[in-house]
This record gives sequence, structure tokens and C-alpha cells, in this order.
Amino acid sequence: MTLFKRTPIAPLDYTRRLWMRAWVGATLFFLYAPLLVLIAFSFNDSSRNIVWRGFTFKYYGKVFENDALVTALGNSLTIAFLATLFSIVLGTLAAVLLWRFRFPLKAGLEGVMSLPIVVPEICMGVAMLVFFARLDWPSDLPWPLNLSAITIAHITFCFPFVTMVVRARLAGFNKEQEEAAKDLGASDWQAFRDVLLPHMKPGIIAGALLAFTLSLDDFVITFFTSGPNTITFPVKVYSMVRFSVTPEVNAASALLIFLTILLTTVALKLQDFSKATA
Amino acid sequence: MSDKQPVISIRNVTKRFGNMVAVDNVSIDILEGEFFVLLGPSGCGKTTLLRMIAGFELPSEGQILIGGQDMAGVAPNRRPVNMVFQSYAVFPHMTVADNVAYGLKIAGIEKSEIRHRVNEALELVSLGGLGTRMPDQLSGGQRQRVALARGLVMRPKVLLLDEPLSALDAKLRAQMQFELAELQDNVGITFVTVTHDQDEALSMACRIAVMNKGDVAQMAVPADLYEHPANRFVADFIGSVNIFEGKLTLDEPERAEVNCPGLGRVYLNHGVTGAHETTVWVAIRPEKITMTAPGKAKAKDSPAGTNIAHGQIKGMSYLGDITLYDVRLETGESLRVSRPNLSRWDQEDFQWDDKVSLHWHPSSPIVLLS
Repeated sequence: MTLFKRTPIAPLDYTRRLWMRAWVGATLFFLYAPLLVLIAFSFNDSSRNIVWRGFTFKYYGKVFENDALVTALGNSLTIAFLATLFSIVLGTLAAVLLWRFRFPLKAGLEGVMSLPIVVPEICMGVAMLVFFARLDWPSDLPWPLNLSAITIAHITFCFPFVTMVVRARLAGFNKEQEEAAKDLGASDWQAFRDVLLPHMKPGIIAGALLAFTLSLDDFVITFFTSGPNTITFPVKVYSMVRFSVTPEVNAASALLIFLTILLTTVALKLQDFSKATA
Repeated sequence: MSDKQPVISIRNVTKRFGNMVAVDNVSIDILEGEFFVLLGPSGCGKTTLLRMIAGFELPSEGQILIGGQDMAGVAPNRRPVNMVFQSYAVFPHMTVADNVAYGLKIAGIEKSEIRHRVNEALELVSLGGLGTRMPDQLSGGQRQRVALARGLVMRPKVLLLDEPLSALDAKLRAQMQFELAELQDNVGITFVTVTHDQDEALSMACRIAVMNKGDVAQMAVPADLYEHPANRFVADFIGSVNIFEGKLTLDEPERAEVNCPGLGRVYLNHGVTGAHETTVWVAIRPEKITMTAPGKAKAKDSPAGTNIAHGQIKGMSYLGDITLYDVRLETGESLRVSRPNLSRWDQEDFQWDDKVSLHWHPSSPIVLLS
């Protein structure tokens, strides 16, 4: 009897409605099916990526034998790391500036700051290309200095995201905490280090995560600012795809997905940790 | 108290925010070891005054001296005062012990000494053994104790408390009022507290400064504020009161008379300093009025038949220990009377629309000149 006896569906019990479940399922399918297919076919034992011919790891091996691809991956990771580092510092400082002080043209500065977020990437890319050409930015520097142009371009569009996230976090800060620190003898810097910075930490980590993933998979802006010796991973994958979509491309893409998931997990774990001790 | 030195001297301090005058030419001396309370409605400037003592706001005019030293140009982190914030401002990412130790660490005090003093301070506020907890594992009352310990551990000249009990529930607040007063007594540190809650102020303070619109309306010991308010604002703000406007018709050293259109003739057994026929205000506390059935007054309630009024009960509110009555007088004015429920059936003595007589002793009315 109890088998069929279910509690009736309450008015706000949307998760138990069939149409809602179907809709959620369709959305998830639409979002993730292509990725799953891509990952699945990276294990396909066939040089052409159409029919399933059996399971193999050999294309992952091939990815690591492909020096150009490995170099590109190294470049991408280096750029992402540097861009994230600078974005954290710049973005956090900008967030504190906009949060703490009142000054003329503050609204203007805020608008300009978020410009890199809204400007179409293609425009940013062209602008960067013109900018570096005009400066006659040297392109034949030794590694990793040859990545400087791309890194600078990446910082430009990454740090506003950090600012956005950190500022949102700062909005919930109780200024009495900072006053309490000063009241107990802390200098401006000590109060910043001991009270404000720990409060911003989850925001900074989230911002860093955003910056890293944005930088890692950026194609358009990188495409315009990279030279022949500074190919990044997405640009390299694109050039490989132009010949044919081999399982090697799938494997490389799958690797990028795994890498992103791994980093995201680590960063979220770190954030959880900082929340648990907050 | 007169032999004690002022630990804080506030001299003609004015604070303006733009066109708004938050604190208007205030002078207060706070004595060593005193529990001083700044009391007033919100927006009266009491918190601004406290923040000026702490150094978070600078006076527009005037001087603040702490321990005889002018505090102009002294940053908050260099002042010999510590503050307990309204939100407690306990650092959420530090343990209780680290919170309390923070000021000592900044001061560069030796580790073993810090540990000793932190434990001492935590014991003092009955938080011994909770040093390793994080603030989010504490109740509101415990967080407040952390904030207290964090200030006390610095052994400041003065501890400033900004609405220290406002975030606690009523029962805990009543308990903390006693604990705070006792704590202050034990440590001997001067406490300056800001509050809008008159019960809190009356129960804890040695002296109270009642503030209104940036001014000190009256500065006195709690009983004086209640029994001898200096003006209508204080009389009305502290406790509940009936105020009637009237003209001073008789003023002799041993008796006075005020003719109030709304209440009738009010007799007093003491003189008032005021010119004849000047407008004055008579204030009578609800508990100092005796209510009887018409014509049943006992002689002691109304010597020589003076100070009597008649009316009809138009409102009642039973509060357990007392009952409040709203009596409509024959003049049309309302008078609030409170009556203690001394036996378990006292509240049944009077009912709605009962006609009653009201009496009060000629020492009870307070004559206010402003």
C-alpha cells in the first residue's frame, strides 16, 4: 500500500513536477552532452573521429609527444598564472579603492573599469594588436618575456572580474571590525592585513579562479596578440582543428577540461576551508 | 566623588557634519573609576561623542582630554581607551583567544605574558575554557563578552561601550546589566557607555548625561534624573510622566500653587524659583498618583483636601506587577496612573468606565520651567 502512497506535491514543490524535471534534464543534456561526447571520443581508436572503433589511451600519449602542443600548454599555463597573480593584486586594490574612498569621477572610474568586461573581445583584440604594434613591442624576447604582450592583454580583461567579486564581498564588511583593530592599536596596514584581507580572501580566491580560467581558455584576444613563437593552447588547438578534428584534438581538449575542473575543485576547497574558519 | 580627578574632560566640543550639528558645545567631566552613561534618543549625538573620545571622529571645535592629555592629533590606535562596538566587531576569522590577544600582539608583548593576560581576561568575563572556539560557535551574549575581554585585556584608562546590550534579548540584557556593573566595580576601569535604553542607564550608571539634539539636557545621578528632572525633555524621556502646562499663581518658600487649565489647581509643599504668572509645566509620575473610588480618599493621600482630580477610566493595561490606567479627567485631558498589584486580585478593583478620584501628595508634582 505504502508503495503508491506519496505525499501530494505542494505548490512550491517544483522539483517534483515532471515538466520541471524534464526541462532541467534537457538543459543539462544540451550543456554537457557535447562535452561528454568530446571526452568519450578522445578514447576512440580511430584516426577519424566519426565512428567508435574501440578504446585507447594512445591519443593522450600523442598529445604529450606533440612538442608544439606541450609548449603551447606551457605557455598558456604560464600566462594564466602570471595574469592571475597580477589581476589579484590590481583587482583587489581597485576594489578597496572603490569601496573605501569617495573622490571626484568615481562613477566614471567604475564605468571604465568594467569596460573590458563588456567590450566585445574582437574589439579588445584588435585594440591590443594596434596598441602593441604602435609601441613596437619586442616580439623576439626569450621565454617567458616573449609572453609579456599576451599576459598584459589578459590582465586587462581579467582584473575587472576580480574587482567585481572582491567588491561584492567587501559590501558585506562590517567597518566596525576595522575600527576595532585600530582601537586595539593596529596601524592602517596592520588593520588591513589582519582584518580586511582575511575578510576579502574568499572573494580573492573566487576572483583568481575566474581570472585563471578566463585567461587559460581565451582565444580571440590571444590570437591577436600572439606571435609565431607564442602560441597558446587554445590557439594551437584551433590551428589543429583547421586540418582535421582528430582524437588528438579531443584528447587535448579533454585534458584542458580536466585541468580546469581540478583547479576549480582545489580553489573551491580552499574557499570552503577559509569559510570554515571564518 | 569630588576628590577624584576627571579622566576624560570634554571641553566645549562641537561636531558638525556639513550643516548638521551633531554635538553642540558639550562639556562633560568624567571621573576616574566612574560608570558614566550617555543616554538619549537616536540621533542625539551620543554615539558621535563616544566616537570622538575614541578618536574615530574629530571635533569641529573644542578639546578632549584623556588623563589630562589633549587628544587632538592623536590617532585612535594611540589613545589609552578601548571600545566595545555595538556590533561587537569580533574578528570572525580568529579564535576567541586570538581575538582577545590581538591588541597585546600588536603592542609586542611577550607570548607567555599574553597567554596569561588573555586567560585572566577570559576568566573575568566567564569565558574561561572557550578560548579555542571560533566566534560563530558562540551565542550573542558570549560574543559580547569576547568584545569586552578584548578591550579589558588592554587595561585601558577608559572602556567605551557603544550600545553594549542592544543586540541581546530582554532576559539576557537584564542579566548583563548587573554583570557589567559588577565587572566595572571589580576592575575599577572607568566605563563610558552609550545607550538609548533608560532602564539600562538607570540600573548601571554612577552618573548619566541625558542628551537631546546634540546638547546635554541634564547630567545627574540616576535617582535625581528621575525625581528631579531639569526640564520636560528629561522628565518625559526618563520613565513615564503626565505633563500639564500651567501658570504659577503662588510662590512662597514653603508652598506654591500652579493653575493648570488641564488639571486644575496643583499645590506644592515647597517653593519654586519662578516669577509670578510665568508659564511652567507640572510633571507627575503615574505611580505617585493614588486612585480611589469617588469620595473614598484617605486623609493621608490628600492633606487638607488639596491635589484632587476626578475622572473616568478610559483605558487599562494589565502588566502583571502593575496595571496602567488611562483616566479621562473632567477637563477632557487624560492622566496616566499606575497601580501596583499588591494582592492577586487588585487588578479587579477598577473596571472600564468606572468613575474615580485621584490624589497626590504635594511633594510629588515636579515644576519644570522649560
